[in-house]
Amino acid sequence: MSLWEKWKESPDESDARTHSEAPGAISDLNLDEALRNFKLSVAAWSEAEYTTRRVVELAPRRNWRPVAAWALGCALVASSISGVVYQRHEQQVQAKQAAARLAAQQKQAADQAAVDEEQLLASVDSDVSRQVPSAMEPLAQMAEDDSK
Amino acid sequence: MAAGSVLESMNSAAAAQIAADEFTRVVAQHRPQIFRFLLASTRDVDLAETLTQECFLKAHRNWSGFRGDSSAMTWLMRIAINLQKDHWRNRRMRFWRTTRTNSVDLDEASEWLPSGESSAEQQLLAKEQVRHVWKAVEGLSERQRSVFLLRYIEERELSEIAQMTGLSEGTVKAHLSRAVGRVRGELGRGK
Repeated sequence: MSLWEKWKESPDESDARTHSEAPGAISDLNLDEALRNFKLSVAAWSEAEYTTRRVVELAPRRNWRPVAAWALGCALVASSISGVVYQRHEQQVQAKQAAARLAAQQKQAADQAAVDEEQLLASVDSDVSRQVPSAMEPLAQMAEDDSK
Repeated sequence: MAAGSVLESMNSAAAAQIAADEFTRVVAQHRPQIFRFLLASTRDVDLAETLTQECFLKAHRNWSGFRGDSSAMTWLMRIAINLQKDHWRNRRMRFWRTTRTNSVDLDEASEWLPSGESSAEQQLLAKEQVRHVWKAVEGLSERQRSVFLLRYIEERELSEIAQMTGLSEGTVKAHLSRAVGRVRGELGRGK
């Protein structure tokens, strides 16, 4: 006995009977068949969609996990290698910069020393040129006296 | 005292494990049915899947509060019906009188039939019948549709439908009668 027939036999069936007796109404057999087909159709659709979705849902988990692990591992290795390379490169650059700074300082110090030496010599010359006339003054005086 | 607390914690851990196993079993058993009901209600595969997931998420959160007064299926179906109701209410508020964009149309939904040994003519007739039923279902109110689908797709008893929908049995019968009347009328027009 179908659900529709079972339900029709329940005490509150007046509405259903009214419909079945209406002019142009379909028979209970047709209604029953249509409802059965509807149920089978929905069940087939639902099962197809549900199965497809479960397969799609499960497949990536099975296939992508090792790939994701590999990708993550490769990324870690690559990042650690690139980190070491970058660190070494940075050290080289810093060493070059330090050497250049040191050379510049030495050159500056040498230049400064040269300038200082020149200044010293110049000051000695000027001092000597100022002192010599006064130091030679008695001789000059004597020479003058002799000529008289 | 310490031994007692260790025993208690072991018991509670075991109880939690049992509850988790029980819930997993319930999900495996009832998920296809909940999905089927929501798919029939919405004709939208993505929405049905989303609502099914939400239903079980909500059930999981409230699993400890489930006392077993009704069957797990009745309880889950009640959650699913409420979620569906909330969804339509929110959607109506957001997009006033908009069409259901992701819903499969009637013709497409009617294409699904189990491949039996029936002839091509019978298959065509069955598709036509299914299309008329879908059309009638589309015109039903939310409650009438839920009651109709629970009865004719899920094959639930009137008392169970009353529990699932939170309606009285008399109201369920009235909704069902109107719904069947509509289906009958639609099939009559298609003859």
